[in-house]
Amino acid sequence: MIVDTMLLRLGGESGIDNAISAGDVLTVSVARSGYHVHTFRTYPAEIKGGPVMFQLRAGVRPVPSLGDQLDALLAFNEEAWDLHHKDLRPDGVLIYDPGEHDVPEGFQGTAYGIPLGQMARELNLRKGKNLIALGALSALLGFDFQQLQSTVKDKYGKKRPQFIESNRMALLAGYQWVRDNIQEEAVIRLSDPHPAPEPQLVMSGNRAIVAGALAAGCRFYAGYPITPATDILEEMARRLPNTGGAALQTEDEIAAIGGVVGASVAGVKAMTATSGPGFSLMQEMLGLATMAEVPVVVVNSMRAGPSTGLPTKMEQADLNIAIYGGHGEAPRIVLAARSVQDCFYQAMQAFYLSETFQMPVILLVDQSLSHRTETLPMPDSNLVPVVERMRPSAEDTAGYARYRLTGSGISPMGVPGFDPTPFTATGLEHDEYGAPNYTPEVHTAQLDKRGRKFEIAAEALCGLESPLGCACYGVPEKEAEVGVLAWGSTAGVVREAVEGMAAEGYPVAALVPAVINPLPTDRILDFASNLNTVIVPEVNRTGQFAAWVKAQTELHLISLNKYGGLPFTPQEIRAKVTEFLVPKRVKAEPESQTAQEVAHG
Amino acid sequence: MAKKKVRPKLRPKDYKSAVKPTWCPGCGDYGVLASLYQAMARLELDPANTLVVSGIGCSSRLPFFVRTYGFQTAHGRVLPVAIGAKIANPELTVIAVGGDGDGFSIGGGHLAHAVRRNPDITYVVMDNEVYGLTKGQTSPTSPLGFQTKSTPYGSSDAPINPMAWVLASGVSFAARGFSGNPKHVTDLIIEGIQHPGFAFVQTMSPCPTFNNTFDLWRDNIEDLPAGYEPNDRMQALTQAFRDDAIPVGLLYKELRPTLESHTRVAHHPLKSDTPDFDVRALLEIYR
Repeated sequence: MIVDTMLLRLGGESGIDNAISAGDVLTVSVARSGYHVHTFRTYPAEIKGGPVMFQLRAGVRPVPSLGDQLDALLAFNEEAWDLHHKDLRPDGVLIYDPGEHDVPEGFQGTAYGIPLGQMARELNLRKGKNLIALGALSALLGFDFQQLQSTVKDKYGKKRPQFIESNRMALLAGYQWVRDNIQEEAVIRLSDPHPAPEPQLVMSGNRAIVAGALAAGCRFYAGYPITPATDILEEMARRLPNTGGAALQTEDEIAAIGGVVGASVAGVKAMTATSGPGFSLMQEMLGLATMAEVPVVVVNSMRAGPSTGLPTKMEQADLNIAIYGGHGEAPRIVLAARSVQDCFYQAMQAFYLSETFQMPVILLVDQSLSHRTETLPMPDSNLVPVVERMRPSAEDTAGYARYRLTGSGISPMGVPGFDPTPFTATGLEHDEYGAPNYTPEVHTAQLDKRGRKFEIAAEALCGLESPLGCACYGVPEKEAEVGVLAWGSTAGVVREAVEGMAAEGYPVAALVPAVINPLPTDRILDFASNLNTVIVPEVNRTGQFAAWVKAQTELHLISLNKYGGLPFTPQEIRAKVTEFLVPKRVKAEPESQTAQEVAHG
Repeated sequence: MAKKKVRPKLRPKDYKSAVKPTWCPGCGDYGVLASLYQAMARLELDPANTLVVSGIGCSSRLPFFVRTYGFQTAHGRVLPVAIGAKIANPELTVIAVGGDGDGFSIGGGHLAHAVRRNPDITYVVMDNEVYGLTKGQTSPTSPLGFQTKSTPYGSSDAPINPMAWVLASGVSFAARGFSGNPKHVTDLIIEGIQHPGFAFVQTMSPCPTFNNTFDLWRDNIEDLPAGYEPNDRMQALTQAFRDDAIPVGLLYKELRPTLESHTRVAHHPLKSDTPDFDVRALLEIYR
């Protein structure tokens, strides 16, 4: 069977089967062969032991989501079969190691037993099981073996040149075993790729955030290790010194945001990244940044909470803290990235907005987006303005008032060492000169000043369309009857479901804003104006985004919540949308079985 | 580097801002503030190139009273903010100030890390062994059994020894002064600012309202022994642990690499507009 997209999952034991490492290298190899890829992984919070899984979805067209049923499962052990077989389509392909377990009873698909462990022992490659498996997969599923060989050499060879030969042997052993022992044609294989004009990039959300931040001029980073944001710290530590910047690993997250606030006061664009527990610790300093009007960017890669929660699983449950986390009335701009490519653009936009409005900007991503890899074209950094904060002019210098009550609320910010305008910034309420002042007039005026900046930002941002503002999918909005309003990484799944249904003739459209606070309410109301139903899918229990939208639009919304630590699948979105489609208005014969059931039932 | 404009020489009073200190009459912090004005004038610090950072508390009000750049941050967070500013612009003179509660209690988690990083900043602590701004509660340096409204039956906690703490953490400069002797404090602050590394200056600065230790400290303050050399950490620790007197002076000093010499790639302020950086070149590695 020749398919346009294929979903393959590798399941094994952490620290033993190296399934994620194998998956990463296979992903790059498949992308280099001209396919689009979208990966997803789960791993235990422990270092050694526990089940890991890596899945690769590859297609001849862009693959915006992790997909639904597995076409093929490679189970390194029996536990992997137990955990993942329910996701495998009934006629799917199972690749297993007969040394670990037998063909599961009642399995209807095609099973290939490949002695991975035995081959590794015979070749004396204790850690080579994953590469033997990749070689076998290449032969079985028709991935380009030449490309796989050169990618393995490329990815592993630089770090460990002594293993180049044994890696080659392992790949070849797996490949040859399949050639020698399995005569029939591959049960399933991808159709030939349509290579993009130039090779695509393959990167993770976290890497894209770092690249976007650097493109925007971020030159200081401070952070504390925390899953799933740690690799932002590591990547910044590696890249910043080569761009004339500096990165610092601090003693805790309070010190991280403290360092960022200090660096920004001293004139440099600065950022930190964290996850829920660290983000909770940063709230007080974020209030200081609001009060003292210091531009800072904070990335929160959401994991499932509360407390330590599920450190390696995703959730969209930090929207409330992102918007409301501080005490007092401290407006913050909140952005949510929707794809790996969007991570780049939203990181750039975060700096644009924080520098322009001299306030904290929170960029929300989540574990699944931080760590998944996707193919993307080279981002165009010219799509996002790169600005420097407003600084005192010659006229501002005499009798400089740092917190002058301007029409926009934005007042020139003097930088020590560069501007002849000494003043003292503070978290105390202050007059226009920065001196502490607790009179009703001053507090009212300064709250208005800080609020005005936010309102001006809202006006500027409301009309934005993709890539910086709202993304729309599906049929033209005026023809839609059911709408999906989503945020963050759920965008990819929604896009796939809605575009698929629209292609089948269903009147379905989706809107996914990137700017969550200030919410583009007019745009959302416009989207909803013609719809019978608006569904809000989000990975949390209480519908935080739905509540946020309702509070500002008074729209009636249907929440679709999932909260097990895993993202939605396109099928789950389809099923919910289908519930609300009026059968007689279906414009074309539905193709999918679920849709049919509903249409006829 | 462009030639600097010649500035008229500033006198101590030129560093005074228009904001009047909020401290009680007789507060030890007036002495420390006067010493800071003196030190700034003698070092001819450029107000536009100097940043005084503080946390929260009576003594953390100090930045408002100085006509340089200042930043009063959140309670306990003076050191992380000061370090961020210093890395961002190593050419700035960064002076951190605050009290014992700010530095050793709520902000205590940052102290050892600031010390071991050794940024070139000076940290002047005004230690009055009490919480003043909240009107007299036990502080981390208050003596055992200290009776306040928050410890009506006497404090159950032994005091922290801040000097021993920083010495044990590897501080590269440690000095102690008494606000009743501002000239001496001036000298210590000057030496601290001139020291290339983290300079810890503990000033014993009595609170006349909630813990008037002025007479007690004046009687117990004594200079370091004649011939004392501040180059032996164990000797410095012996002085720090003395309970027969409060020795003042420069207890310890050593030269070791600063944080900026590690974190920086060039000896100039970090700049966001680096036209030679091309993000496309970075992204190419992901093909």
